Amino acid sequence: MTISFLLLAAITIIGTAAAMTLKNLVHCVLALSLGLVGLAALYLQLGAQFVGFTQILVYVGAVAILAAFAIMMTRSADPTASNAAASFRASGALIAVLVFAVLAWATISGTSAQPIFTAAPEGSVGQVGAALMHRFVLPLEVIGLLLTAALIGAGILAMDEHRGTR
Amino acid sequence: MNPLSDYLLLSAFLFSIGLAGALTRRNAILVLIGIELMLNAANLNFIAFWRYGPHPEALTGVMFAIFSISVAAAEAAVGLSIILAVYRHSRTTDLDKLNSMKG
Repeated sequence: MTISFLLLAAITIIGTAAAMTLKNLVHCVLALSLGLVGLAALYLQLGAQFVGFTQILVYVGAVAILAAFAIMMTRSADPTASNAAASFRASGALIAVLVFAVLAWATISGTSAQPIFTAAPEGSVGQVGAALMHRFVLPLEVIGLLLTAALIGAGILAMDEHRGTR
Repeated sequence: MNPLSDYLLLSAFLFSIGLAGALTRRNAILVLIGIELMLNAANLNFIAFWRYGPHPEALTGVMFAIFSISVAAAEAAVGLSIILAVYRHSRTTDLDKLNSMKG
């Protein structure tokens, strides 16, 4: 466990935990951005450069901004909005703690069938691009189709269908 | 404790934070953000297993993470536009008040 891992893990956990607990929803999205930047730095630390930069571009640049716009357009940034009942919140938190306990127990007690390879692998952006263009070209086309369909679908869903009649 | 376990524990914690948020928050946008956090925890697992597993030169974990990020982006766009459409219809994003299918 290195210092850089501890630092980045702390940033990620603080950011995401604040995103899920703060009252004001705009603050939540800002904290979420912090947590996602920490996660992108963890990817970079693991040697996955392309995924780290994609994480910043897609999540911090697009998803967080999209969520911020949605919060402002639905006027739900009001911190006085109703919250769940205390018993409901307690049971939700209990379920999350139990899930974490099971996952952590499995991680700590499980023995690795394979040896751990600690030699840093090569995962440069060029290699990822070559793999996307050769071995993974069909999934790449499928994901392009999916993103196009999502773009059109999101536009149609968000369009105001009664604008002409109002 | 090997270095892989550290990342798996962090990923499990991220997943639990996202799950707790999705279960306890009452705003539809925050529930969606919680689901995104759970997807991100899975991505961290993919990258950690790629880094510390055999045959990293095949780039399988990286490819899984890239496609997972793409699907998550599409899901976020469609989910947020559904929330906008629901808000336009019922004037609220509070999941406790959205309790009828026909509106």
